[in-house]
Amino acid sequence: MSYRHILIVLVLIAITGAAQAAGKGGDLDHADTNVHDRASLQRGATLFVNYCMGCHSAQYMRYQRLAEDLDLTEEQVEQFLVMGDREISDYMLTAMDATDAEAWFGVTPPDLSLTARSRGTDWIYSFLRGYYLTEDGWNNTVLENPAMPHVLWDLQGVQRPITETYTDDEGQTRTRVVSLELDEEGRMSPRDFDRAMLDLTAFMEYVAEPAVLKRERLGIWVLLFLGLLTFLAYLLYKEYWKDVK
Amino acid sequence: MAKPASSINKSIHAVGQWIDDRSHISDFWKKHLSEYYAPKNFNLWYFFGSLSLLVLVNQIVTGIFLTMHYKPDAELAFASIEYIMRDVEWGWLIRYMHSTGASLFFVVVYLHMFRALMYGSYAKPRELVWILGVTIYLVLMAESFMGYVLPWGQMSYWGAQVIISLFGAVPWVGDGLVEWIRGDYMVADATLNRFFALHVVALPMVLLLLVVLHLAALHEVGSNNPDGVDIKAKKDAQGRPLDGIPFHPYYTVKDIFGAGFFLIIAAFIIFFLPEFGGYFLKPDNFIEADPLVTPDHIPPVWYFTPFYAILQAVPDKLMGVVLMGAAVMILYLVPWLDRSPAKSLRYRSWMSKLALAIFAVAFIRLGMLGLSQDSSTFELRLWTFLYFAFFILMPLWTSFERTKPVPERVTK
Repeated sequence: MSYRHILIVLVLIAITGAAQAAGKGGDLDHADTNVHDRASLQRGATLFVNYCMGCHSAQYMRYQRLAEDLDLTEEQVEQFLVMGDREISDYMLTAMDATDAEAWFGVTPPDLSLTARSRGTDWIYSFLRGYYLTEDGWNNTVLENPAMPHVLWDLQGVQRPITETYTDDEGQTRTRVVSLELDEEGRMSPRDFDRAMLDLTAFMEYVAEPAVLKRERLGIWVLLFLGLLTFLAYLLYKEYWKDVK
Repeated sequence: MAKPASSINKSIHAVGQWIDDRSHISDFWKKHLSEYYAPKNFNLWYFFGSLSLLVLVNQIVTGIFLTMHYKPDAELAFASIEYIMRDVEWGWLIRYMHSTGASLFFVVVYLHMFRALMYGSYAKPRELVWILGVTIYLVLMAESFMGYVLPWGQMSYWGAQVIISLFGAVPWVGDGLVEWIRGDYMVADATLNRFFALHVVALPMVLLLLVVLHLAALHEVGSNNPDGVDIKAKKDAQGRPLDGIPFHPYYTVKDIFGAGFFLIIAAFIIFFLPEFGGYFLKPDNFIEADPLVTPDHIPPVWYFTPFYAILQAVPDKLMGVVLMGAAVMILYLVPWLDRSPAKSLRYRSWMSKLALAIFAVAFIRLGMLGLSQDSSTFELRLWTFLYFAFFILMPLWTSFERTKPVPERVTK
């Protein structure tokens, strides 16, 4: 076996890894979340329960799991996170009726259990921070004309769009949003609001895959074990092959 | 203490002898392992056969455990996967081992096939080994396609919709055929249920049988090697090939080392990159199947994209489907398209080396084009042309090229 071959394989793996890292991004802001930061997840959970769950559910997620994973006691979860007459063993379901929701917003608010996996964390982070107010009402830089109003406006304040006009391929004059500016301050400073949205995004990342916490912690040990096993297997192989001329 | 121990040993030995007298299992062990002589010059490329077997076992074992919790019902399937991911003890690990295993199966099988093309492992007398191998590959494609439908996400659903509709291109009976496969007027519960049956019972049995036949056929004629030298031509006084070594223990210990190395890569993906940037688990497949919402872009999983690109290269649907099928079926002909006296690329001229390099690039490039939404038609056709040119022109260059003399014994 030649080491050149191994090198080629490793280089190929590195290239695919780099390619997928480069593939992400685009117009979205990068969400530098850390799902292993318990305090961040706890803050995110509070925001999620208070601001999102009025309309949205996380139908695959149980409250009880939050106690296990977020370093909280069941009493704390019941006191701060479980709303109304729900039990701690329940799934995190909104109290809003689906038919009411459709009548009010035109669509049933989507379940948020897996949004971090289907849309990605960068999308969520950019969406949460991308609301702006025009004469026609709330709009968003990531999702145009969203059915959802800006429920976090009292925290963020009101952003106004800065637009520019340009000529498209067909020669039509159009306007587009180039950036947003804070027109009316909210209860949080822009920096604190970004931090809060990062916490909320991290929480949604965790909700999309609660196993991520155990997976990454365990992974290190699995790799160390396999490394040792492979090293021993290598020695065994060399020992046996000594007599192959 | 020594005496009872030795009497226990004697009893165990007697039981073993009793079984062997009635089954000759030791003959089987000798024929396929301890006295199966394999060339001593296997290189890195020869790991991928045993690794394929390792992945197959992984798929079967993890698959059995997934089946214990999965619900093959259009109403319940998607939620049952999330149940496995969240509420089943170690369910997430079993699921990721299965989903990562599916992609890695194709990685090792593609490398295994490329090895055969490099060293002429399909050439006489190993044609049957190759034919069985290509058949395994075909069944594996059906198996993985049906498995991909089971999570019942948007990509599962619409991928099935696209692939099954290809059968509609068959003249006269196309529409009826599509309906018959789906068991409904659209991809629906009936489709999911039958794909589940085929994925967990029918195709794995076929696959296992084919693997047994593939190995039996190989052990009948013996393994090829990087030099393409027939090791059975030079034997010692006991009739053992001079360049051969018993598969067990030599290649069993070497393959254990190879398996360890492979498992490190697999574990890294399972524990740190289970979605593999959207290539192994697609973002859209985390949205439950919705027959009313068609996704903007429905690319197949990465291991099918080269063939999907060939389909896209042709404007006519029927011709596209025929060409896509031909791209796989043409593999069957390789043992007869190759006219070279030298098996291994090592003793062939630049023509064979260049041709194989172009083929490899064409395959990878087609794979990349098949993933993208707006690939240039020119590029699609160029690489499709080169893909087929490799096979169609093979009799030409392999007849004309000047090969180097093949040594009598294997080289180091």
